[in-house]
Amino acid sequence: MNWFTKAFTSTLGRKLVMALTGLFLCLFLVVHVSGNFQLFKDDGGFSFNMYSVFMTHNPLIKTVSYLLYATFIIHIIQSLLLTIYNKKARPQGYVKNSPDKNSAWSSRNMGILGTIILVFLVFHMKDFWWEYHNGEMPKAKYVEFVQDGEHKTMTDTLWQSYVEEIKKKMAASGGAYDPKISEYKQVIYKDLYAEVAEEFKEPAIVILYLIAMIALAFHLLHGFQSAWQSLGVNHRKYVPVIKTIGWFFSIAITAGFAAMPLYFFLK
Amino acid sequence: MKFNLKVWRQPNTNTPGKMVDYKIDNVNPDMSFLEMIDVLNEDIIRKGEAPVAFDHDCREGICGMCSMYINGRAHGPLKGTTTCQLMMRNFTDGETIHVEPFRAKAFPVLKDLIVDRTAFDRIQAVGGFVSVNTGQVQDANNLPVEKEKADLAMDAASCIGCGACVAACKNASAMLFVGAKVSQYALLPQGQIERKIRVQKMVAQMDEEGFGACTNTGACSAECPKEISITNIARMNREYLSTSLLED
Repeated sequence: MNWFTKAFTSTLGRKLVMALTGLFLCLFLVVHVSGNFQLFKDDGGFSFNMYSVFMTHNPLIKTVSYLLYATFIIHIIQSLLLTIYNKKARPQGYVKNSPDKNSAWSSRNMGILGTIILVFLVFHMKDFWWEYHNGEMPKAKYVEFVQDGEHKTMTDTLWQSYVEEIKKKMAASGGAYDPKISEYKQVIYKDLYAEVAEEFKEPAIVILYLIAMIALAFHLLHGFQSAWQSLGVNHRKYVPVIKTIGWFFSIAITAGFAAMPLYFFLK
Repeated sequence: MKFNLKVWRQPNTNTPGKMVDYKIDNVNPDMSFLEMIDVLNEDIIRKGEAPVAFDHDCREGICGMCSMYINGRAHGPLKGTTTCQLMMRNFTDGETIHVEPFRAKAFPVLKDLIVDRTAFDRIQAVGGFVSVNTGQVQDANNLPVEKEKADLAMDAASCIGCGACVAACKNASAMLFVGAKVSQYALLPQGQIERKIRVQKMVAQMDEEGFGACTNTGACSAECPKEISITNIARMNREYLSTSLLED
């Protein structure tokens, strides 16, 4: 066995793989949640739809996305292999066991939590990723123009009423009013925003998303700090910091995600 | 005090075992758990049956021989104690107490509550030592050691190899034991020469014995009679990963 295989097939090496893939996925969550905050922007979904175009067409993002899919797959397969390996280490279980006395619930149930997240991911990818790439997407028409040196964007419907308003102003001023509009152009995007808004009107989907986010919160609560321990980062000075960041990270990320279905459901 | 005991009885490694009920009613609250089992065994022997086999030696918490899983916890409910230091006054009168052996593939049951922990000895034998040439003993002050490091090494070295970490871990992982042994030498000047090869060999042997992988639940440290910190596991990870991936 060469040094590489030896290192990565040992129990410690496998944990390293879990830690590195896990931390990369944490980084992805930050990007995903911050990008998706554009759903809250009240512009008829323009920035979100434009962001979707960027995320699906930028060559750098595309490359990273393949790395991301690979990371997900490695994280899942490695966890499965480790779980089987760990189950084998205790073929006969205890008649009476009280693990709640010595360890946190989330730390002992990473597999269950991960499975909930995986089930969610299948639905999530089907509903948005698959639909966006291969499904019948609604289209959104937007109008971009420069008015008096200021760049403006609006939905096609808003533009229609805006034009009416300008016409009225022009009529009232007897043709003296100049709207100073230049560089007018129409753009058409796949309307992922409308798709999201429609999807999150469905109570069952909102519930699935909320359950998944609770599972993710607990998964991260253990996973984030555990990853550092597997990497060998355990230090009197830094462990409390890592634990605090882990708590904040788990709650902030999942609360951010959970706010999205809730926002559209209650809107 | 009176107790209802449910004790794991298993004639040998290859015969399946089962929990057997016993009633015991003449227990002094100041008896240790092992003394209570001694009294139980006297009753059993009087009835002409085979006594409950269990491991014990020093009975003062330093040898690491006693190895019972009591009421779902390694060495019972008290923190930082071995079974021999667990007193019956720590239980409530009339309580039902489950007593099982430590369970792990690497710790096969020999009989009743006795398990074979020679897997630990084999891990120690591949690297848990410092090679020193015989001859004139050198002056102790030739090797200055920082107080802080000496303390950390001593904390790691307080591991008595009882196996509670393996028993308590949901994955039957031996990483706290190996982590403590690796750390103890990695922290001291005497351990430096074999530092890299030691961690490599000990981890390889640990995997070879069939112990599980660590999922950082911290159960090992919580149940360790010597309260050894999982910082030692992180140190072992660091030692192992750096020697595997960065060294020649």
